[in-house]
Amino acid sequence: MDEFLNITQQLLTGFGENCFLFIITLVSAIPLGLIISMGSMSRFVPLKAVTKTFVWIIRGTPLMLQLFVVFYVPPLMSDGEFVFSRMNAAIVAFIINYAAYFSEIFRGGIEAVPKGQYEAGQVLGMTKTQIFFKVILMQVIKRITAPVGNEVITLVKDTSLASVIAIPEILMNAKDFSMEGLIWPLFYSAVFFLLFCGVLTILFSFLEKKLNYYKG
Amino acid sequence: MSILNVENIQKSFGKNEVLKNISFSLEKGEVLAIIGSSGSGKTTLLRCLNFLETPDKGRIIVNGETLLDADKNTKRNEKEIRRKRLHFGLVFQSFNLFPQYSVISNISLAPLLMAKEQLKNEGEYMGEKTYRAAAEKIRENVLSLLKKVGLSEKKDEYPGNLSGGQQQRVAIARALALDPDVLCFDEPTSALDPELTGEVLNVIRGLKSSDSTMIVVTHEIEFARDVADKIIFMDSGVIAEEGTPQEVIINPKNPRTREFLARFNQNFS
Ligand SMILES: Nc1ncnc2c1ncn2[C@@H]1O[C@H](COP(=O)(O)OP(=O)(O)OP(=O)(O)O)[C@@H](O)[C@H]1O
Ligand SMILES: [Mg+2]
Repeated sequence: MDEFLNITQQLLTGFGENCFLFIITLVSAIPLGLIISMGSMSRFVPLKAVTKTFVWIIRGTPLMLQLFVVFYVPPLMSDGEFVFSRMNAAIVAFIINYAAYFSEIFRGGIEAVPKGQYEAGQVLGMTKTQIFFKVILMQVIKRITAPVGNEVITLVKDTSLASVIAIPEILMNAKDFSMEGLIWPLFYSAVFFLLFCGVLTILFSFLEKKLNYYKG
Repeated sequence: MSILNVENIQKSFGKNEVLKNISFSLEKGEVLAIIGSSGSGKTTLLRCLNFLETPDKGRIIVNGETLLDADKNTKRNEKEIRRKRLHFGLVFQSFNLFPQYSVISNISLAPLLMAKEQLKNEGEYMGEKTYRAAAEKIRENVLSLLKKVGLSEKKDEYPGNLSGGQQQRVAIARALALDPDVLCFDEPTSALDPELTGEVLNVIRGLKSSDSTMIVVTHEIEFARDVADKIIFMDSGVIAEEGTPQEVIINPKNPRTREFLARFNQNFS
């Protein structure tokens, strides 16, 4: 019993790191993703090209590699002057990575709103801002809820990648136990993820249902 | 004085000259029907009037006020364009209702935003001094418009739950809510099943009797003949023939008009 409590506590401490990384990434990557999506839809060609290349690189390389780069490259380049703490390195890499993914979801959602919706707003004398906030935004939110939900659930699980730069997150702890010959904490750690993702799934399907008050 | 004067409008997309030299005028309360084959520039003309496209040349004059003079390179800021386009209303072929708003909100959205803005800037909206009073006035107007288009019962429905004909009638009410000087229709029935066109055309007929000035682009030749005071036949960017329904539809002079109408008669018989 003591052992169970002890292991639970250790895993929980680890999961705290996962949750912290999750929350910080989520609240920063969404607004940053919105900004990036604006860039990738810009009519100013150089900006658009730079943004698209950036998104291509981030989405086209493993998050694990990005973690290594953010953590190891700055000190090497600055002769050890500039060093991210492990957690800060993880935060930076995760935010950049997820912002790139979110930006593509946002771009898809915004571009899927028919041109006629903007034009209807225009001929009714609405300003661009009014059209965006009163007409377009809600339709975008409805369209992106499901893909954003998927991405958020992936993020929960991806946080365990932070172990590659030795952040003591839950899987790292569970693995340490298995090295000592205890296998079950590995499965036990899965319960934490399952519960967290379960709650998120319920939350997102509730949101989707709410937004289903209208068709189209 | 004519309510609308269109003078020498020209518009090209790249090398494609879509409107070559369009001029016409319209008196208050008149209904103008525009007919013509696909690609002749009918939609582009309506879009120019509604400032969705900017003509390369020409002038648009409403009630004696020059809204657009393409030769004078006036700065076109958003605010000016918004004010000017309110002289016109546009009903789209594909309705373009806002799916997330109920019927009543679709119609009142723009007037409410307008009221808020005017109250802030001028302290008054149509004689009302508070947003509450303005909103009440707008609501009354919207309800009477819904009655006019025969959709009072559907006021709390969402567009997705309405038939095409009902959606188009909501779109007409939405355009009327801003009380435009000239209401334009771009093939208002061509996205509808044949059995639904009648209800929309009847609403437009009803508007004629309440003295609205309208421009209707349509392929419904019979409707044009019965309702229009004036008909324009457009052919590859020019007005090929213009006159009363009697002149253009019954006794067309231009061989192109005859050819076009013959194709329609074939479809009918
Ligand atoms: N935004 C645009 N960019 C380039 N070309 C355009 C654009 N809009 C219209 N055109 C071209 O202008 C011409 C006239 O189009 P328009 O839509 O005005 O014709 P229409 O008379 O309304 O035809 P229909 O009966 O099919 O609706 C067409 O050749 C079309 O390809
Ligand atoms: Mg057209």
